[in-house]
Formats: sequence, structure tokens, C-alpha cells
Amino acid sequence: MNSRFSFIPAVFGLLVMIPIYWLVVISLQSRGAITQSLVLLPIDSTLDNFRVIFTDPDWTMGYVNALIYVTINVLMSMSVAIPAAYAFSRYKFMARRVLFFGLLMLRMMVPAILLVPFVQMFSSLNLIDTHIAVAVAHCFFSVPLAIWILEGFISEVPIEMDESAAIDGYSHFGFFRHLLLPQIATGIAVAAFFCFMFSWIEFLLSNALTTINAKPFGGIMSRAGSVMTANVPLLAAAGVIGLVPGVLLAISLRHHLARGFSMGRVG
Amino acid sequence: MHSSHQTNAAWLFLTPALLLLAVVGILPICFVIFYSLHDTFGGNVFVWVGSDWFMQVLGSPEFYKALARSLLFSALVLCVQIPVGVMVALRMPAAGVLATIYIVLLAIPMLTPTIVVGYLWKVMIQPGTGLLYQSFASIGFTLDINNPVWAWAVLLLMDTWHWTGLVVLLCYARLRAIPDTYYQAAAIDSASGWAVFRYIQLPRLKLVLAIAVLLRFMDSFTLYTEPYVITRGGPGVSTTFLSHELVQTGLIQFDLGQAGAMAVIYFMIVMCVSAAFYWLIVSSGEGRQGL
Repeated sequence: MNSRFSFIPAVFGLLVMIPIYWLVVISLQSRGAITQSLVLLPIDSTLDNFRVIFTDPDWTMGYVNALIYVTINVLMSMSVAIPAAYAFSRYKFMARRVLFFGLLMLRMMVPAILLVPFVQMFSSLNLIDTHIAVAVAHCFFSVPLAIWILEGFISEVPIEMDESAAIDGYSHFGFFRHLLLPQIATGIAVAAFFCFMFSWIEFLLSNALTTINAKPFGGIMSRAGSVMTANVPLLAAAGVIGLVPGVLLAISLRHHLARGFSMGRVG
Repeated sequence: MHSSHQTNAAWLFLTPALLLLAVVGILPICFVIFYSLHDTFGGNVFVWVGSDWFMQVLGSPEFYKALARSLLFSALVLCVQIPVGVMVALRMPAAGVLATIYIVLLAIPMLTPTIVVGYLWKVMIQPGTGLLYQSFASIGFTLDINNPVWAWAVLLLMDTWHWTGLVVLLCYARLRAIPDTYYQAAAIDSASGWAVFRYIQLPRLKLVLAIAVLLRFMDSFTLYTEPYVITRGGPGVSTTFLSHELVQTGLIQFDLGQAGAMAVIYFMIVMCVSAAFYWLIVSSGEGRQGL
């Protein structure tokens, strides 16, 4: 807001981008090139690491597995969150405050606390190493997140729209389908993308609940990186691919980022 | 609005979400409480032991030390990230392409998979070839990850890189909503930059700062993946935070009772802090309707 010191955001943005830039540079190196000294510029670049990842079924399936459980999670979260957000926005029922606090609590929940119960719950249901287990587990943060974001967007739609829809004889379902959803399309996109992202970046639960068939790329990175002879440029390339959804999201939702990160409370 | 028909409709809309959240939120907590009150033989026979596990956890120096490390880390995170975040937000251009570019750049670390953040920083501190190691070397410091002070510094730097953007993003969104007339009035009164911040900007940042402090406290207090990758909790146990300790006890040693008691205490702390902030945010009266 001030013109003095206006270089500060530029410096900060630069510092933030340096590690990312370096990760990309490393991902383009051969394995031997980075063992000698610090590599700063993308000289002698090669796409070999990316080729290895895209041709190795272990790695590719890591990304596919993550995409599968993330997609299931988004569909599940959104289908329960849209009606719930509507209720929070439009009805003044008792227990509203308590439930809203409950949602906040779930967002603040410690994944490490949930870990052992989830392992027990899903193994007794024979769901360990399935996409559905991770998708359900991630609902503890994605559903509250989606409800909070959507509630903000729905509250911006004038209540007169609901009333005139009732007079026009719309059913609840017809009202949702034809009037409300088009009005809050932006909100749905913001909520869905943030559910997608928070599920995509999570490691502890998605790794612990899977072994082989549903193992996400994070688990494969963890395994490949824990050996002494880890192939650092290959891991860097795996990381760069993991970064792609976040970059696309940041660009496409650039005007709604504050809202997503503050659970719909700011912006 | 208070008719029973209305209330019934509200509950109808809420039920699917509440059922799902009961399964993924409340049920696991019930499990944890059950473990904390029982001893187990082979994982399927449970014997009631009352408060034994709690006594053991509350009498264990390891628990207090892990808790103290987590609290200290969160305190350091807040001390660094909140002032830096506010400072950057205050200097952001009010609008335009440049502002949008900054926002996108700041958001990218926050949207990076946590495991990637961990490996990136692990590679950055490799002696001889790591970017951070060499940067320190070039100004005469030897980054030694086997020294607890360096291990803490690296984790703090990593978290600051990862999450300060959140503070910037929230403060910037709120600052933009302050009408220009306030600044014009301040200019007419020839108010100093500090006065503008203290009397115009800071009062309006209260709510977002409360949210930012809450989010930053919680996410740093529950941090797991990055220390797990970068320092493995070491050297020794100097960066073994509460989440790490809990996962070790519960999943690696498979000591359900002790892990359960630890998790219940951990949960109580998180709940108290959340409740305090919720009250603060609600009573600020500035939040979006309903919060």
C-alpha cells in the first residue's frame, strides 16, 4: 500500500521462488552431475528423469493413485458439503454455533492422532491399501473446508432468490439444480480445488493407509529417498511433477486464494 | 425462521455431512479414548486400566520435552512469520498485474506436497552440493545438520518459506478492503506512516491476524512430514515434535495405550487453543456472518 520499501514483496517473492527454481534445475540434471558441486544453471539439461518416471509403472501409478483418491474425496466432500453449507447459510437452527465450532475443530485436528484409529478402522473393514480408504480419511479436513468456503459464497446470494423460487413452485432439488448451483459456481470451483489440493499435498495418512495398490507418489518418493544411494535428480523430477497441480491452481484461482486458505473467512 | 418445518429441513441438509464427519472425526477420537483407558494383549483383548496410561504419559519426561519442543517451535514460527507476513502485505502494490503475480508466487509453496517440501530442503542442505549449504558456506558458515541449533534453524527457515505466504495473503486481502477515503483523510492530516498503520490498518487486521495466528499455530504444532524427512527428529531427539513422538509410539512401537493417552492430551490442547481463538474471532464481531 506504501510506495516506500515497495521492493520488499519483490525480494520476498524472489526468495520464495529460488528453492522451486533450483528443484527444477536439479530435476533436469543427470545423476552424476549433481554429486560434484552446486548446480545453479540449467546447463546440460536432460529430460531423462521425467522419461524414467513416465515409463516406470511404479512412479506413474503413484500419480494415478493420488489422482484417484483425490477425485473420490472431492466428489464425496462436495456432495455432502453443498447441502450442509446451504443449511448453515440459510437456517438459524439451534446448535448452529456448536456445529460450526465442531467444523473448526476438525480442520485443526492432528493427523497423527487420527492415524492409529484409521489404520484399525480400515483394516477391520479390509480397506487398507484402497483409494476409498484415503479418500474417506481425508474427509476430516476437506468436508469442513468445503462447508466453510461454500457457506460464504451462498450467503452472498440474496435470500429473496430462495423465497421467489418457493413461490414459483420449485422443489428443493429443482431449486438447487437450476437456481442455486449456477449462482455459486465460482464457490463450488474454489471449494473443490482446495479440497483437491489439501488432499494432494497430504502425506502421513495417505502413506500409512496404503501399501502397494493405492500407494501415492509421496509414498514412493519416501521409499526411494530413504536409501543412502537415493537418485536425487529423479526425486527432484518426481517433486516437480507433484508441484504441477498447485501451480495450475494458484494461477487459475489467483483471485480466490485468500478465501481458500482462510476457510472462506477472508477475501 | 424458527418453525419446526424449517429446522427439519436444516437437519435434512446437514445429515449427510454430519454422518460422514462422525465416521472420520468423532469415531477415531472415541477409539483413541478407548485405547487410552485400556491395556491390550495382542491387539484384540482389552483390559480396563483406568488412568494408568495417563499417569505414565504425564510422568514421562520424554512427553514433556516433546511438548515443549512443539510449543517452542510454534512460538518461533509465529514470532517470525506474523511480522514478516504483515510487513510484506503492507508493501504490496494495491492492485494490478504485479500484485497478482506476487500472490501466485507466494501461494506455490503452500500448494507443494509436504513430502516434496521435505525432500527439497533435505537436498538443499547437502554438504557441497546443496543450495542452502553453499549459500551459508559462501558467507563463512558451515551448516551442520548434526548440530541441534542448525537443525532448528533449517526447520524454522523451511517453515517460514513454506507458510509465510499465508499471512501475507490474508492480510493483503483485508488491507485491500480498506476504503481509500481513510488514507486520503490521513494524508490531509499529514499522518505518519506509523500512525496510518497503528490507527487505520492494524485495527482492521485484527480478525485476519487472529485467523492467521490460529492457522499457523495449529499447522506448526501438528507438523510431521517435513521434520520426518529433513532431520528424522534428530540429532538425538532434538527435533522430535509431538506428532512424531505420537506416530513413533502408536504405529512403530504399537503401544496403543500410551499413544492413546498421549493423543487425548494432545487433542485437549488443540481443542482449548481452538476454542480460545474461536471465541476471539466471534467476539471481534467483524467476521463473516455466522462465525
